[in-house]
Order: sequence, then C-alpha cells, then structure tokens
Amino acid sequence: MDLMEYQAKELFARHNVPVTLGRVVEDPADAAAAAEELGGRVVVKAQVKAGGRGKAGGVKLAATPAEATERARDILGMDIKGHTVRRVLLAPAAAIAEEYYFSFLVDRANRNYLCIASTEGGVEIEEVVHSNPDAIAKVSIDPATGVDGAKAVEIVAAAGFPAEAASVVQALWQVFIAEDASLVEVNPLVKLADGSLEALDGKVTLDENAGYRHPDHAAFDDKAAADPLEAAAQEKGLNYVKLDGSVGIIGNGAGLVMSTLDVVAYAGEAHGGVKPANFLDIGGGASAEVMKSGLSIILGDPQVRSVFVNVFGGITACDAVSNGIVQALELLGDQANKPLVVRLDGNNVEEGRRILAKANHPLVTVVDTMDGAANRAAELAAQTF
Amino acid sequence: MAIFLTEQSRVVVQGMTGAEGQKHTSRMLAAGTNIVGGVTPGKGGQSVDFAKRSIPVYDSCADAVKSTGADVSIVFVPPRFTKGAVIEAVDAGIPLVVVITEGVPVHDTAAFFAHAQAAGTRIIGPNSPGLISPGKANAGIIPADIAGPGRIGLVSKSGTLTYQMMYELREYGFTTAIGIGGDPIIGTTHIDALRAFQDDPDTEAIVMIGEIGGDAEERAAAFIQEYVTKPVVGYVAGFTAPEGKTMGHAGAIVSGSSGTAAAKQEALEAVGVKVGKTPSETARLMRSALEQLLVH
Repeated sequence: MDLMEYQAKELFARHNVPVTLGRVVEDPADAAAAAEELGGRVVVKAQVKAGGRGKAGGVKLAATPAEATERARDILGMDIKGHTVRRVLLAPAAAIAEEYYFSFLVDRANRNYLCIASTEGGVEIEEVVHSNPDAIAKVSIDPATGVDGAKAVEIVAAAGFPAEAASVVQALWQVFIAEDASLVEVNPLVKLADGSLEALDGKVTLDENAGYRHPDHAAFDDKAAADPLEAAAQEKGLNYVKLDGSVGIIGNGAGLVMSTLDVVAYAGEAHGGVKPANFLDIGGGASAEVMKSGLSIILGDPQVRSVFVNVFGGITACDAVSNGIVQALELLGDQANKPLVVRLDGNNVEEGRRILAKANHPLVTVVDTMDGAANRAAELAAQTF
Repeated sequence: MAIFLTEQSRVVVQGMTGAEGQKHTSRMLAAGTNIVGGVTPGKGGQSVDFAKRSIPVYDSCADAVKSTGADVSIVFVPPRFTKGAVIEAVDAGIPLVVVITEGVPVHDTAAFFAHAQAAGTRIIGPNSPGLISPGKANAGIIPADIAGPGRIGLVSKSGTLTYQMMYELREYGFTTAIGIGGDPIIGTTHIDALRAFQDDPDTEAIVMIGEIGGDAEERAAAFIQEYVTKPVVGYVAGFTAPEGKTMGHAGAIVSGSSGTAAAKQEALEAVGVKVGKTPSETARLMRSALEQLLVH
C-alpha cells in the first residue's frame, strides 16, 4: 500500500525523523485558518498516491492565508495521473539551503536492501541517474545486520551529506524496518538555513503481507479514493483490479489471470479492440461461494459485456468449479445477464464439462482452449449492445 | 537426472499436521516422494497415518534430521511462523528448503534468505508451488498427474501457468518443473534454475515463464547469452497490466517504465530466446525446438 505524503510524515514523526506535519484540509474554506496557524506563508501540496505532483501543478506557494484558500481551491479536485485530489497538505514554507535525495528499498536483484542517496535532491532521481550518475551513492545493506551507527556514518559519507544526517538515516531505517515498509523515500531531505535537517516530503510503501503486525496501518487505507468495485471486492476478500475494457475475467492463480488478460487483449484486436475489464484471481479454492462473489462483482460492472471464466484445475477440481458456476448463476438469478465463456482444463475436466453441459444454461458457452475461449469472449463483447 | 529434487531426496514437511500440510503430504506420498517425517513443535513422538504409511512427527527440524537424515524440507506453516520455521530448517543443516507459504512479509523473507545464504542452504519460494521431478519426487503442491517424466526443464514464477504449460507439453514430459514464486524476494531465481537445467544432462530444452515486475527476466536473458547452450523458449505474462497496480503476486507490479512485459520480451528475444504471445503459442515454439533437436 502506497501512502500519501501526510501519512508518510505521520510515520516519520513516530520514529523521530525531523518533519513538520502541517495541516491537511479537504475544503478550501478551511485553508486560510490553517495557513494562519502555520505562520501565513505556506506551501499547498496535493495529496495523491502519484509522483510528479509539482510538474502537474499540484504544489503551489501561498504568501498569505487568503492566497492559501485560492491555491487550495485550484488544487482540490485536480486530476493527477488518474488520481483525483481530495485533500491538500499545508506546510510552512521552509528556508532551504540544500536539497538531498534519500531512500531505503527492497533490492530484488541482490535479495537484500539498498540505500540510494544523493546531494542532488529536489528533482526526480531518474533525471539525476541520467544527468549526473556520479552524484548518486548506492549502499547495499545486509538484512542480518541492518543500519547501525557505523553503517549510517558510512551512508552519510558515501552520499556527501553533513555528518549530522547520520541520526536522520537511522531514524528512517527505523521507519523502514519497524513499520514493515518496502520503500521509504525522502525527496527532498533538506538542510535549512539554520543548518538543521528536515524531511520535506515523504513516500512510503507498506508491505500488505505484514498487515497482521500493524493493525494501525488499516487507517491509512483511503477507501473513498478506491474504485467502488475494487472496494466491494476487497470487502469480499477477492483479489480484484478494475481495468477499462469490456470482457470480465475470472481465473485461478495470479499468473494465469495475467496471461488471460493478455490473451483476451490479443483476441480483441480482431474484434474492434475489445479489452479486458478487470483482473480477478479466485485463487486455489474456487468454491461456489467465491465464484458467486466474483461473478456478482463482475456483472455489477456496467462496462462488462461478456465474461471469460478461465480455470486450470490443479488442486482445484474442475467439477467443483463447474458446480460453483452453476450455483452462482442460480443464486444470481436475473442479475446474471451477460454471456459467459468458460474454459476448463486439468483435474477432473471431463466431469466439469459434463456438469456445465447438463445445466445447459443459456448464457454459458464452453470452449476447449484458452485462445479459442478468449476469442469467443472478445467476439461476444464486441457484438453485445 | 533432475534438478534439486530426486528419488533419493529425503523429505520432511514442516506443518505436516495442519490441514494443508496433511492434504499435500498425502498427495506427495502418492507421487512417490520419500517423505521421512513431519515437524510440528509440541507434537514430537506422534505420527500421522496416510494411505500406505505412517509418518513420524518430530518437535524440531534438528530432531528430524538426526532421526531420518532428511535433506529437503517443505514449509507449509502460516506466514507469521514462516521465518522461524525456515531458520530452524537452515540451522538443522537441511540443504534445500521449499517455502510454499503465501503472504510472508518481505522483511521476514529478506532475513531468512540472508541467514540461508550464509549457511549455504538453497531456498525455493516463498509463495511457490514447489517443484516436481515427475516419476521421482514431488515437493510442494504441483499436481503430479499433469505430465510425466521427460526432456523439458521448466521454471516459472507462477503456479497455475506452470500447470498450464506442463499440460500443453505433456506429450514430451519434464525432467523437473519448478515454481520459484512471485514475491519481490525469492530464494531461487530463474538464473539458478537455468544454470541447473543447462548442467543437467537429461534436460534437452528449457521453458522459462516470467511475469511483470522487477528485472529478473532481463538478468536471466543476460545469463542465457553467457551460459546456456540448450534451446530456451520463453513466456511473459502481464502485457496488459496497468502501471502501479499489483497483479495478484506481491512482486507483479509495473512502476514507471520498469518491470514491463515488453521490456522482458525484448531482452529475451535479443539473446535468441523465442517468446510466445500466449501459453499455447509458447508450447508450439517448444515443440518445434524439440523437433529441431531431433533433426540435428
């Protein structure tokens, strides 16, 4: 789960990373009073889970409280990379002397952790990678030992940060480890005119697998911002991602479902560019209940015109999947109103196909191969108006 | 021959007394796996009856190794106990630990992987379906009846795509099929499996299945160019995945321009790996690669 800046800063404060929390407002009318409290001159910053906010016009300076209201009005409701801005953070304008870049992240290639630090902060780090690669320090971290005092000193020296940054590095390491983050990024980490350091921005990605250790992290989940279908799916414990096409997809196993999306998109090229409407992995179980929940989410998507159920019975037997489909259609009744193309293979496939043939549901077509079924589902989505 | 797992492997199951552990132990035994024990703290001295055999339960991996000489462990314990279970297996000197558990926090994986690496233990997974050397042994949850022994080596991040590909190529069979898992940190990589398949005299050709996220496929491509002389056919899932959305696996995410399926396909094709657009097309490419081998 990606956090917004103000949420990241709350975690920073918890672990003694120097930070100014500022004030979050959702209504421009509240901005002036908040700015007044913060000393009048503030930066108004869009709170969305996307980078490049500054470039998109989502970060503005306001010299007076009245101006803060104006800027908040400009920014609230803006669309930044597909995210609607619902809140802005007001932070006191800082007197910046130097800007640095700093991050801790999971290093997939080396299967440990990596610290990236640079004295060229305040711009996108990808740009620095191209323009001045020598200004970037990369320090590998052994998960067995982590970042102790000596390691923090090593990082600060490699980056060319002032020596007093070592304590900030250790505090950020605490955020990374104690909060089960897979990314902690500060850009910029600044040296203020008075010589002190402060995290002026923050980006944190929390590991959802570690949610059981952090019941407090649930509060960071911005339910209002989620797609309503995704929110409904999450409530039912389904692994669902909304996409913008018209072929609803249900499958078992993340890899097979990803592959199904691709195969439908290829097949769709021959049918006027029809695309998948969603990702939905019903996992190993694939019981009637899960199938029903999945189908009801997909049929509740007004963009869906046909549904492709693609299951390879490994542990799950195909007869159980077929029974699930038949029962789900019964349970859904009139709500089931779009054609279903079903492809089954693997464990007990003959019995699975027999069950579907016997039920002879008018909406269900069984196709033997994945490519053939994808083509049929795309064709149906293109025809159905 | 097979890689990592053979008929000689002596396997213990951590979490064998749980529902999942018991179900899959029964399947693994039916597939001919030499399961010598289970490990569940506090249940040492008990045993679990399966169709043809009764399998003893030990309190710890150390006890199991002492009594049975186990050299493979399969971990079926819940996520919150996985780190401890893997470290216990490593400390008991077991050289191969297969972690089936899904949903392990990435910091836990980083910690147990570092510990295993220091001890020289191979980890497969986490979030892996395990591996099967058909006709010899099955360590994990891959259904044993999809395909028999044969000439192909298969390595994949995904469980069900492994099953699909084994099914498509069942007429040729497999030396070993291994699911390495879809998490950001995994113990055995595409490269490790490619190296082992290249070195295995019975493997004639290799199927490599990847997916979006990270750059493991790109690194595998560089390795293939440098080391692998056997034909490799590839498949990459996730061409249509949008940026910033995790597609089921914790590691399957496109961020910015990194981790895209197109970049992975390009890297593989640049080193002569034929990449199929769909699993079925990938299987066709593998069939023609195998037929080419017969001609020469």
